Formats: sequence, structure tokens, C-alpha cells
Amino acid sequence: MTKDSSKNIRIVQAFLMLSILGAGAVAKDFSLDPVQVLLAFLGGLSAQYICLRLLGIKHAGYQSAIITCIGVSLLLRSDNLYAHALAAAAAVISKFSIRISGKHVFNPANFGVLIGLSLLPGTWISAGQWGSGTALAFWLIAFGSVSLMRLRFQLMTWSFLTAYVGIFIFHRVLWMGYETSVLLHHLENGTLLLFAFFMISDPKTAPNHTAAKLLQTLIVAGTAYVWQFEFYMTNALLWSLLFASLLVPVWDRLFTAPQFEWRSFGGTNNDVVSPSHNFRTADARPIAAPVR
Amino acid sequence: MLPRSASAFCGFYVAKADASLYNKASQVVLTHHDNKTVLSMMNDYKGDLTEFAMVVPVPVVLQKGQINVGDRKLFERIDAFSAPRLVEYFDPDPCQQRFAADMLMESAPMGAAVRKGMSAKRTKSLGVKVEAEYTVGEYDIVILSAKESDGLETWLQESGYNIPSGARRALKPYIKQKLKFFVAKVNLKEQAKTGLTYLRPLQFAFNSRRFMLPIRLGMINADGPQEILLYVLTKDGRVETTNYRTVKLPTGMDVPVFVKEEFKDFYRSMFDEQVRKENMKTVFTEYFWNMGWCDPCAADPLSPEELRNLGVFWLEEPSSPITSGRPQRRFAPPGRPSGPVPVMVTRLHLRYTPDTFPEDLFFQETQDRANYQARYVLRHPWKGSIDECPQAKPYFEQLKDRREREAETLASLTGWDISTIREKQQSSFEIPVSENNGNGQDGWWKNLW
Repeated sequence: MTKDSSKNIRIVQAFLMLSILGAGAVAKDFSLDPVQVLLAFLGGLSAQYICLRLLGIKHAGYQSAIITCIGVSLLLRSDNLYAHALAAAAAVISKFSIRISGKHVFNPANFGVLIGLSLLPGTWISAGQWGSGTALAFWLIAFGSVSLMRLRFQLMTWSFLTAYVGIFIFHRVLWMGYETSVLLHHLENGTLLLFAFFMISDPKTAPNHTAAKLLQTLIVAGTAYVWQFEFYMTNALLWSLLFASLLVPVWDRLFTAPQFEWRSFGGTNNDVVSPSHNFRTADARPIAAPVR
Repeated sequence: MLPRSASAFCGFYVAKADASLYNKASQVVLTHHDNKTVLSMMNDYKGDLTEFAMVVPVPVVLQKGQINVGDRKLFERIDAFSAPRLVEYFDPDPCQQRFAADMLMESAPMGAAVRKGMSAKRTKSLGVKVEAEYTVGEYDIVILSAKESDGLETWLQESGYNIPSGARRALKPYIKQKLKFFVAKVNLKEQAKTGLTYLRPLQFAFNSRRFMLPIRLGMINADGPQEILLYVLTKDGRVETTNYRTVKLPTGMDVPVFVKEEFKDFYRSMFDEQVRKENMKTVFTEYFWNMGWCDPCAADPLSPEELRNLGVFWLEEPSSPITSGRPQRRFAPPGRPSGPVPVMVTRLHLRYTPDTFPEDLFFQETQDRANYQARYVLRHPWKGSIDECPQAKPYFEQLKDRREREAETLASLTGWDISTIREKQQSSFEIPVSENNGNGQDGWWKNLW
């Protein structure tokens, strides 16, 4: 595998997420029906196919849709069979339809899961379902996976975790007197890790400029902290990211930098970047690039 | 019966001198809807009543009308209704066992003398403010606010309580969150008037966005794992913890018939084993069902009045249950709901230590409405002769397989030794062997040695 090929990174990412999904479903009683996972894929991939056809996009694949479907399956729980399919479809459609300056606004899985949670009956998110054994495995996988990627992909993850842990230590441990074990307990939360490694780090919905990326993670971490610990509301990370995503177009306007583009061919260490005004749709490559 | 080594509660017990005060498994009913909470707490305090004290962090200064002394029977009722159950399949009446009846509060001996109040000046100098004082039922209650955990600890100590070491650290986060402290002790005169030999449950109602249960204070004087049975009453869906794993206990398994005689041991061992497998870091769901019906019923559903007494404020006055097409498996007696009511009960059971549960319990009401109960199945074998008919022999062969599966299930659930299980199975019912065996047919070798 070419170490820095971004295509390969997405394959690695999909593989890791699938492993977590499989291990969790088998070992941790995710109360997730395999049929729900299949239907999530059916919904998400069909939506991708239809959107690509309707928009006439030819040079795009299904990798991001697959990752979205896994993300929806990992986070969303439901007592019916249609919720996962609809949430995954909504996630993929949002990628093509909710766009500012040629860039989709919301991380698709984040959007799909919250749409499912808010609009569909019989849905919930089990934030505490992972348990500490899974968390350890998760950290190992996460560390292993980031070693395959360049700093560019890890920046948001580590900056978010630093901000979150920093706020936690200063406010909760030092000021409020909570024991350090409470912090460690929160770091075992699979939802936090999934969020940090696979959601906020999504380069397609992140601000383009490095400074803006850091600012964005600070805002997401701070909002999530207040949401959870001051207002006692659930699913803080997901809501925080959803709302903060609306700021990304503002950051991109204030801090100019080339826009990220996934590259679908190997052999080079460079991610394809394109000026944002050239960019039209997710997974589409407006610049000429040979596709193997 | 559950392990007795636990001491627990949302608040902690504080003792004068060095008396060892232990609170075993606590039972809590947490009724929550629309940012309104009613908390009912019953503990099986054993000890001198003069030394009883309970400290619970609460979000607001409670008015007298928000505090109530409830009826212990309500806990017995909701416990019996939601208890794990054993069913027999050959018998039309399902077998019902109520292991948790063992966890009821035991009577506490009467003591003497009540602490004297502290001067207002001293109270103020410690940064402690007595926000309100009431006598409700047999309890003298003060609601305190504090600026510093040191001051609060000193106040409690100087008021005559021997605060367990570590209280200061546990109190601090609650003070920083600007929570108030509900402190209850027994008023012996009032207690004598009740004529009861036990303490009745305390209930309080308040508005708060927090859907949580403070358990950390209760860990201060623990000398081993503690245990809580928590009944959460909500309007719509199953309740789970957001900061700990919540799993349903294994259910619906066929287990050997001798389990009927030792269901309490079985359930205790199974719970021990599940706790061990999860490293004592998990909250277990034992029951989730509508409060209006059950199948099979371990006890009659609670009446609307009983539910209201447990804080279900959204239940309308006239006891008119929602009618639905859902089949009702048990006809309730007069005054009981005869079908689904807009009240769901989630029964959660947790065993914990300060290390495995470093934070209070935070909950969410999910939209999951799938019924769940911890239920175990006995299948009594047919006790005829193997030579009675041609079908008998295959039946007993299948029975042998089934019995082995049941033994394996039981061993895996409880961690019991499988050979002991097999022996017990054998002594409870010996599978007949055909007299033809040993005549050159199947099992010809059985009579050789």
C-alpha cells in the first residue's frame, strides 16, 4: 500500500470502522440487527447512485458513501427496520444538496444520524454502549490507523481531543474537584473516540485553513462540553459538530486556503487540492486525473 | 437473595463514634418526565436510629410540600411486578419467584437522643447556610447550601456526625455545581408515633434538567461492592445510562428443572457471573415494560393511585387506561389498570465500587419500546415409559440432547460446575433406558462393565 495515498486511507478507514462495528455487534451487544446494517447500506448506496446519476457525475466512487453507512450503523439505534435506511439516505443526499461554495456543509453521518434521531420514530443513540474493554481496543486501532496517515489527517483529531481534555481538566478536575478517574472514564467512551477519529477529522467538511481547523475544534469541544455538563443534554458531540459545521463557510471566507480533495490514484504523496470555486460535488474531481 | 456486603445510597450515612453503619442494597424509584423528577428512596438501614443520617445533593431548595414520607409497600409492589421470573411450560400457571423480596428493608433498633442544633453564627462562619428546616413524618430535614466542602464537612461534624474520611472530596463537585444538600435524620418522637420498626422511604419532587442519580456520596463509607435496584418510570421509552454501558441480562433461556428449587441461588449466581464478565462496569436492565400489563405477571400491575404515589404526575385522575388492541394477558383486579397505561418502567440493577463507577449515573429516555423481561424457562420432561410407544425412544434421545444443552446454558450463565449440574439433573429425573439395550442394539456396550 502506498503509505500516503488518500484513497488507501479511506479504505483503511472503512476497514477499521467495519472492524469496530463487527466487534461491537458481536462482543458488546449493540442491540443492532444485521438487517438494519444491510438496509443502511442499501439506503445510503442507492442514494449515492441516484445522486450521481441525476447530477451526471462520472468520476466519483462509493467510498465515502460506504463510510457514511458504517458511521450511521455504528451510532444510530432503532426499534424498526426503516430508520437506518432513511438516515443513511438522508446523510448521502445532504452531501449533494446542502452545499456552500462548492463544499458540503455537514459531515454526512453526523447529519444522517441526527436527522434520524430527530425525525424518525423509535430511534436513539446509545452513547454508553461501548464499555471500557472496547475503548482500549479502539485506542489501539486508532493509534495504529493514524500512524498510517499523515499529520494532515490527524490534525483535527488531536486538536479536538486536546481541547476537550484540556477543558475537562481545567473546569471539571481542577476547578470542580472531580477525580482524574472521571476524565479517564470519559476517554473510554467509544462515541467520543469514534467522533474524534472518524467524524470531526473528515477533511471534506473541515475548514480549509489550518488556523481555522484549530479554532473549529476548540469551538466544537467547548460547545459539546457546555451542552453536556452545563445543560445536561444528550449527544453533545454530534449536535455540537452539526451546529459548528455552519461556521465552516465563514472560516473559509475569512481564512483563505486551498480546498481539500480526495485523490483516487496512488503513486504520490500529495492530496489533490483545488481552488474552491472549481469544486462542484462530493467525490467529483473537477481537475483531470487519470482513474485507474 | 443478593450479597449483603454492600453499603450504599445516594447519600451517605454518617455515624457518631465509630459505629459501623452499613446500608445494603438500596432501592430507588426515579420518576422523570418533562424536566420534572420525583425521587423515592428506600434503604435497609440497620443500626441505631440516632445515628441515621442521609445526605442527598438536590438541585433546588425543596419546599416542605415537595418532600413526602412514602409507603414501603409501594417498593414491594413495584419490585414484585418487575422482578426476574421463572416460567414452567407444562404447567398452566407460570411459576413466579420474587427473589428481590429478600432485599426489603429490615427493622432498625430504636435509639435515643438527637443532636443539638448549631449556632447560626458558627453555621455562617463555615460558609454553610441552612436554607430550610422541616419535620416530615419521622424525619427532621435540613436543606443546606455551602460555599466550600471544608465548611460543610466541618458543619456536619460539629453538628454531631462522624463524617467518613473522604467526604470533603466527594462533596466538592456538588458544591461547585451549586447543588443544595438534603440532610435527613430521624426524629425519634415522631418515629415512635408511627409505631413502625423501620424507616419509611423518603420522596421528593423537583424541577431539573438533570436526569441523573447521585451515587458517589454513598460510596464514602462503603466497605465493598454496593448495589442499587433502580426503577425508572417514564412516559415513553426504555431508560439507559449515557455514561455507562447498559445491557440487558441474558433472558429466555431453557434451564434445568431443578433450578425451580433454587431460583434465588441461580439468579444470584447468574448476576454475579454477568457482573464479573463485565468487570463490574455495567448497568443491567432486568425489566422494561408498560406498567399496565404483564406477561407472565409476577404480580398485579400497580394501580393508578400507586403510580401517582410514586410520582407519576402525568397520569390523569380518573383511572381510565388507554385502550388498545394489544391482548391483555392477565385480567387485573378492580382498581388496577386493565391495559397499557402511559407509564413505562425500566428496572436497572447495578453493583459498583468507587473505582468502577467513578461518576454519578446519568440517564436518557430512549425511544425504544420493545418489551424486555429477565425470564427463565423450565421444561418438565414427560415421565412415561420408553417402551410405551415407538415415539418414546426418539423423544428421550432428544430429551438427552436438550438436557445437555440446558446444563451448558446453566453453566455458562452462572459459572457453576457442569458435572455437578449434570448430577443434579440426573437425580431430578432419570431418563429411562430401553430394556432392549445390551442386546446387540444401540448402546450394546453399556452392560459390559
